[in-house]
Amino acid sequence: MIDYLIGPFQYSFMLRALIVSALVGFLLPVVGAYIITRGRAFMTDALAHSIVAPVAVASLLGFTSYITAVPGGIAIAMLMGFLSRQTGISDDTSIGVVFAGMFALGLIILSISVDVNPGRAVNIEDLLLGQVLGVTQTDVLVSLVLTVAVAAGVFLFHRHLVYTTFDPVGARVSGVKTSLVEYLLLALLAVVIVIGLSAAGIVLVMAMLVIPSATAYLLARRFTGVILLGAFIGVVSAVAGLYLSFYANWPSGPAMALVASLIFGVATMHKRAFPVKADE
Amino acid sequence: MNSEPAITVTDVTVERDGFRALFNVNFHIGPGNLVGVVGPNGAGKSTLFDAIVGALPLSRGTVELHGIDGRPGGLAYVPQRDNINLRFPATVHDVVMMGRYCHVGLFRGVSRKDKEIVRACLERVGLWERRKALIEENSGGQRQRVFIARALAQEASIVLLDEAFSGVDVGAQEGIIQVLQSLRDEGKVVMLATHDLTNLAERFDQIICINRHICAYGPPAEAFTPEVLEELYGSHGMVLAHTHAGGETHIETHMVHD
Repeated sequence: MIDYLIGPFQYSFMLRALIVSALVGFLLPVVGAYIITRGRAFMTDALAHSIVAPVAVASLLGFTSYITAVPGGIAIAMLMGFLSRQTGISDDTSIGVVFAGMFALGLIILSISVDVNPGRAVNIEDLLLGQVLGVTQTDVLVSLVLTVAVAAGVFLFHRHLVYTTFDPVGARVSGVKTSLVEYLLLALLAVVIVIGLSAAGIVLVMAMLVIPSATAYLLARRFTGVILLGAFIGVVSAVAGLYLSFYANWPSGPAMALVASLIFGVATMHKRAFPVKADE
Repeated sequence: MNSEPAITVTDVTVERDGFRALFNVNFHIGPGNLVGVVGPNGAGKSTLFDAIVGALPLSRGTVELHGIDGRPGGLAYVPQRDNINLRFPATVHDVVMMGRYCHVGLFRGVSRKDKEIVRACLERVGLWERRKALIEENSGGQRQRVFIARALAQEASIVLLDEAFSGVDVGAQEGIIQVLQSLRDEGKVVMLATHDLTNLAERFDQIICINRHICAYGPPAEAFTPEVLEELYGSHGMVLAHTHAGGETHIETHMVHD
């Protein structure tokens, strides 16, 4: 049993994958707690798909994807926020429009990059489903730096994020710069999605952001409990998914999302059996 | 600079989607006033509050808030129930602590002083014992008192409450009014929008009757005339009875249903 648990980490690629999985498992539900309590899960999915466009640009130009994905993701998140604030179109429609347009653009640029950079272009399947076993040392370092940056942002603005999530009008009137806080959250969301892509892939990064937080929401009584329990469930799901990916040769994204979904199912049954939330 | 809280609204017009939601609105509320804003649905009560707090651009006119200049948290807003995210997992204590956030910098945590202020505010509205209850576990009246405690914790000198009696039974309404009257006695300006025409004269110092413009403004006994009621509620027919007993004016209102 111990060999099963420790054995994989004699390979350096597995150590790298473990670090990135743990970071993804921890960080996505932390930001996810704010997202699910705002009812913005669709935004996460849309943003993840839209980030294909800047990733594809990096692939076309032969750069590492972070160079374009981080600023590109933030720019797309801002565009979604701007459109839903400034046009008469409903939130989900404007997000859907940007999602579809950017995803389509990304896929076309990717197909061009395959012709331009044969053998070096991003593999679409890895991008969609995640391939944490293939992360490089650069991926690990960038993920670490971005994780520290996001954690610092969340720590500093936690109170403002909470206030604007609970009562946006009251917060604004009391002096909180709610637009700034909203855009900050979108920027944090864009960054954690970029970090999550290598492990969970575009299709399932939303799962790792939403499911552990939703599970924690069922069980925890207060918001800090949702964040902490969500992060714990996220790390457990990500690391368990990593083992499944290694031993069963499954793509890492679906493996992690499956574990998170199973934990959610157990939590739902627990909630039905014991409907009152436990005191922290 | 006048340090007393006051609101001066001058010639305000607000247009929404080409529709004049408010027009030619003028009034001044001095310090130490509890003001009821009454009018039918769609009369522009919430729009007026949005204009006062700067949430809506004014097509014309000005809104001046005195006595809160440069001070964080001087203006507090208690929104309608529908505008609160009641699924958010926050306790009564958490919500009142939000009132301290405008006094807490990015790099400073909540201090012992902040906690003491929150406790004092919760005790004042009689909810310290319920501090650990989730906000969704409270009745409508308790929730309103939580938000009033938040305004107190914020150290606001102007407090606006939008439809504060919605979903609140009459007994609980009295509890809310008593707390608001104590704020008024401290010199604060309190504005409360309501559909509820019960006991207006006993509850408020001034009444603003609004139906897209100011139909009347003044002490309830003077402002709430049959003509004003007709303008507010039209042919649905309000029967208004002024009775004078022992020198006090009582106003009774009855809706005549079709």
